[in-house]
Amino acid sequence: MASLLDVENLKTYFKTEYGLVKAADGVSFNVNQGEIIGLVGESGCGKSVSILSLMQLIQSPGEIIDGKIMLDGQDLRKYKSNGPEMRAIRGGKMTMIFQEPMTSLNPVLTICRQITESLELHLNMDRLAARGRAIELLKMVGVPDAATRIDDYPHQFSGGMRQRVMIAMALSCNPMIIFADEPTTAVDVTTQAQLLELMKDLVTRQNTALVIVTHNLGVVARYAQRIYVMYAGRIIESGLSEDIFGHPRHPYTIGLLHSVPRLGERHGTRKLIPIDGMPPDLINMPPTCAFLPRCTYKVERCQKEPWPALRAVGDQHYISCYVDIREK
Amino acid sequence: MPDKAIVTPPSLDAMGITAAPPRRSEWKRFARVFFGRRLYLIGFIIAVIIILTAIFAPLLAPYDPIQNELRGKLQSPSWEHWLGTDQLGRDILSRIIYGTRISLEIAFAAIFSSAIIGILMGLAAAHFGGWVFTLIMRVTDALMALPGIILVLLIAGLGGRGIPVVIFALGFGGIAGMCRMMCGQALSVKQNDYVLAGRAIGMSNWRIMLTQIFPNAFPPLIVGLTMGIGGVVLGEAGLSFLGIGVPAPNPSWGGMVMDGQRFLLDNPLLSLAPGVAIMLLVFGFNMVGDGIRDAIDPKLRGVL
Repeated sequence: MASLLDVENLKTYFKTEYGLVKAADGVSFNVNQGEIIGLVGESGCGKSVSILSLMQLIQSPGEIIDGKIMLDGQDLRKYKSNGPEMRAIRGGKMTMIFQEPMTSLNPVLTICRQITESLELHLNMDRLAARGRAIELLKMVGVPDAATRIDDYPHQFSGGMRQRVMIAMALSCNPMIIFADEPTTAVDVTTQAQLLELMKDLVTRQNTALVIVTHNLGVVARYAQRIYVMYAGRIIESGLSEDIFGHPRHPYTIGLLHSVPRLGERHGTRKLIPIDGMPPDLINMPPTCAFLPRCTYKVERCQKEPWPALRAVGDQHYISCYVDIREK
Repeated sequence: MPDKAIVTPPSLDAMGITAAPPRRSEWKRFARVFFGRRLYLIGFIIAVIIILTAIFAPLLAPYDPIQNELRGKLQSPSWEHWLGTDQLGRDILSRIIYGTRISLEIAFAAIFSSAIIGILMGLAAAHFGGWVFTLIMRVTDALMALPGIILVLLIAGLGGRGIPVVIFALGFGGIAGMCRMMCGQALSVKQNDYVLAGRAIGMSNWRIMLTQIFPNAFPPLIVGLTMGIGGVVLGEAGLSFLGIGVPAPNPSWGGMVMDGQRFLLDNPLLSLAPGVAIMLLVFGFNMVGDGIRDAIDPKLRGVL
């Protein structure tokens, strides 16, 4: 069965004064219906750019150079980025939840106007029906006293509540897939947990696929079924959540897991090991593996040969590395 | 394996959060900020008085503003003529009252026409960017290089005179400024996530411009608009002062200042009274502009 979303060899480059920034350089992944996917990587590794490319929301000087994006049998690259087809897909079939709940709602419109906007746009609802549905959605995402609060403005909501509104907006048209770009980074930890539980709950109920983009391993560990790890514009490891966390095979993933504490671990039983060095400059990328300068497992072959393609190391488990690391 | 023993957060109901905070009317909020500051209140009262004066000029003016009365020319203030009479014996107070009409007429017409054109141009430039931006910005550069006075002189030289010419000239001069201001505002508003979010739910260019960018970029422009009213009144006064503005015998404040300057030493009130009227109008409208901006800005609303 073909997956809901199939991305192949996506390349998004930014032409800057300093050179060509290869923000996403051959990203491939797929999302099945109703699946929760984690897209993990440190800041600037191309996570957000990849997602924005899928939605065709990349702004100049960025440009999608190559790649194939298939959503539910439709080839999205065929559509103009602001053409009617793409507009129907955005918000209708795929939507997005942004990182900053404080700035992603329009401050001069009421919550009602903002939720009904996409209902009117995609489902051709009239004002009154859309309002009813908006109240229903607000209740669903747990905004208390939804019928009254719907006429409030965003500044009358707290950060967590605004993010709930964003979730309601994203879910409003029963999309097939939701991209959540660091959805919980800007809210405090308790709210984070609430929001993630809520999102998981809602997408499971509606059988919507959810792609959580984050640098927070804890977030994806609990919720994602499959995980893609990105580094310097490429996916370097992918697999089931259990495989990635239980048996990481790429040096970067291993480094990442070593560098974060785990809940329940007794203090001092394990030393946290940071990954040395800095992420590479995306302008002057070496032909070899981009992680090479920071890698502790490197072998001679790594210096000579180009960045390895993804290879299978297990059922649904892929890495892009020459070395075969098996951690106890 | 990661630890999955995360405590499930309590629901909102369990935390006892079942009701939203009490609601407040937006109008009350607006009024509280707007009338809460004395300066804005004073400005507002002045602006209202000026507008009412313009509307009810025939009822308020004690004399006909155009009727000459040469026997009683250049009188000092008296009970008959509160502000005295000019060199043709016309009652200055009446002329100022009627002048309000002409000044406001010209100001509103010029400001609204220039605002609509300028705002549309600025929005388009900011939203589409690229060559549209370059083209519109170069056009505004060209407009800015062309002073309104020269335009009026040109039209006057070609034989056109009168209030429509003044409106056209002053409005034309305002387009570039409006366009620039709107463009700058829109460019900064465009950076916000909610514009991207709007695109992410499939809004069209027009919809984004009108619902996301424009309402957020507009509040600072209100100040520009109301100050523009003051500016246009000043501009009209300047043109009339040069003798190419509102044609005689229509009373216009600028024209009155000009007429009065010949008698500045004997009867300074002739120039001073319309000058004060201009000043009050400019002040009043500027204050109203500032007040509106503070009161409708959602960022300031919560604080004040």
